Amino acid sequence: MLALTEKVISLDVEATTPEEAIRIAGALLVADNKVEERYVEAMVKGLKDVGPYIVIAPLIAVPHARPEQGVIQQGVSIVRLKNPVVFGHPTNDPVQIVCALCGTDSTTHIGMLQSLAAILGNKEKLKTILTTDSKEEIISITK
Amino acid sequence: MNIVAVCGMGFGTSLMLLMEVQAIGKKHGFTINGEAVDLGSAKGKTCDFMVASSEIAAELSDEAVEVVAINNLLDKDEIERKVMPVIEKLAKGVK
Repeated sequence: MLALTEKVISLDVEATTPEEAIRIAGALLVADNKVEERYVEAMVKGLKDVGPYIVIAPLIAVPHARPEQGVIQQGVSIVRLKNPVVFGHPTNDPVQIVCALCGTDSTTHIGMLQSLAAILGNKEKLKTILTTDSKEEIISITK
Repeated sequence: MNIVAVCGMGFGTSLMLLMEVQAIGKKHGFTINGEAVDLGSAKGKTCDFMVASSEIAAELSDEAVEVVAINNLLDKDEIERKVMPVIEKLAKGVK
């Protein structure tokens, strides 16, 4: 359902700030032709404007912007940070997994969000994502 | 009943929340209609209650309706524990 490929997964990435982490996750979407560069800027701006609410659960941030801000195709990328980064969220900091999301309109990405919530909300699967050395394993548990 | 789920963009986390609250309502026999909106659009919106991540909920303290604040959006138990009392309270007050 998430249709992940190795291209949109990056493990043990070094980042020291939330902005850097979001840019890395965004760059994967750009490289996979899912979004335009400006979508990455919109995600960074979103964090600055509305704050760290994108840290939806302990360890997990889901940066995103709006469809009209440069989405080409629905998608998600997964970045695992080598060292956790503090985003400034009162209860869910620090962040280790950054999943940048993009959808083409307000409804067609609902399935993707549901799948993602089910995967990240599953303790076993989350543990795999946090610890595995294999992108293939991540792809296989997100199918 | 009608709810409004709120996030910064009205697009990602608010939709996740809305779907989760609808699923929880359904489990308990309540039909919940709602929409996912961004923070700016949420202000002053008519509904039975609002639900948002705690970060966003703090910005909605002036709203006339109750705003349920969720810390962990992936924790179904937390959402259920916080949302069900509000739903049940509203259900008693509504014909």
